[in-house]
This record gives sequence, C-alpha cells and structure tokens, in this order.
Amino acid sequence: MSTIRVQRDAFDPGAEINGFCARNAMSGGIANFIGQMRDFRGPNRAEGETVATMALEHYPGMAERELEALVDDAKARWPLDDVLVIHRVGPLIPGDAIVMVATATAHRSEAFAACEFIMDWLKTRAPFWKKETGAQGETWVEARASDDTRAAQWENKQTR
Amino acid sequence: MKLLYFAWVREKVGVGEEDRTPPATVQTVGDLMEWLATQSPGHAAAFANRTHIKTAVDQTHVPVTAKLKDAREVAFFPPVTGG
Repeated sequence: MSTIRVQRDAFDPGAEINGFCARNAMSGGIANFIGQMRDFRGPNRAEGETVATMALEHYPGMAERELEALVDDAKARWPLDDVLVIHRVGPLIPGDAIVMVATATAHRSEAFAACEFIMDWLKTRAPFWKKETGAQGETWVEARASDDTRAAQWENKQTR
Repeated sequence: MKLLYFAWVREKVGVGEEDRTPPATVQTVGDLMEWLATQSPGHAAAFANRTHIKTAVDQTHVPVTAKLKDAREVAFFPPVTGG
C-alpha cells in the first residue's frame, strides 16, 4: 500500500500522521519526516536575511513517476506495510510543510531506514525546483553535492 | 520532438515547451544540447554551461551520452532541489 500526492494545497502534517497511524493499526513502527520552509536563510547567506516566499516548480508526470519509483525501490528493500509521500508545488510561505514521508512497518529499524532512503533519493531524483524570493530578489536554490553523496551511500548499503 | 525546460533553463530559453525537429546528425542528448545552443540567444544562454544541466528522455533521467532514438519528450533542467 502507498499514497503519493503532489499538490498545490497546504497540508497539515499532524492530521496526516494521525490518519496514517489509524490506517496502519497493524504496524508496530511508524517513522515520519517533515521538511518545512525555514524563515531564515542558510549558513552561507547573510545573517538575518529573510526569505519572504518560496515557489516550487515541478515536472508534472515525471515527478509522480519518480516518487512512485522511489517508493517501489524502498518496498523492494524493506517489508513496508504502507508509505505516504506528500510534496507541495506552487507558492509557499515560511513555516509551510514542503514534503512529508511516512513509513509503516512491523519494527522501527525498517521504518527509519525506509523513510531516510526515500528522502535521500527524493532530494536527488524527483524533479522539483525551489525558487526563493526575498529582499535580494529571486534566486533558484542550488543543489548540494552532499545530497548526492547521501543518496549514493544507499547503493552499497546492506539493508536487510 | 517535444522539448521541455524547467527552472532557470526555462527562464533563459524564454519558453517552457516547444516542438523542434533536429537534423539527423543530432543523435545523442549532448548533440541536441549543442544544436539547441545555436537556435536563439536565449537557447545559447541556457546551454552555455551544459555540465550544469540534467536531462530526462520520456520522463526518465539519462546521461548526456544517451541516444535519442525515438524520443518523444526531452526535458532539460538544473539539478533538482525538492524536498
């Protein structure tokens, strides 16, 4: 079982995780990751500089396909009862949840690992692009090499 | 062939989508980028530094050396930054 949603509408991570737990009452371990929009810029930016809004562009069709492929890969590696992936597109404001991944399994180790695996690969493969708008104008967020490194580590990792 | 551009590649080219028929000499993704760079100043700006552009053929990630063969949809975009 899995649910993948790419949506413009804001979502409530609390309501989503409650629903996910209720739907998976037979699973002993639920892990969850939420990525949210910060309201200050990262360590490489000027201190105190704020980002007013963010917009997420995506490749409709391929974005959903890539997320499905990531979930299928995770299911091939771990005995997952259920997976939830939600990714926002369009305009966002600070504090908005951007992405949410939840995994349901019998035990915690598989739930943690699968959740991390899906996020690591999502960051490097799923076709979404962030553009920040702040006092300095608009800037496309640059990809980080550390994300590629993290994802690549799964290639050789013993998972079962 | 349907061409799609995303993020700053789209902004530099000036359109998000276009139909193009490249010459028969264009066999690979790299050939296509090279040819597109000659098509307009916007294309030239977008494809000036090709190592910063990723490609998907029919919605699957491919390397620059991939053959186009019967590709229907080719998308060019910067490294992804979702999540």
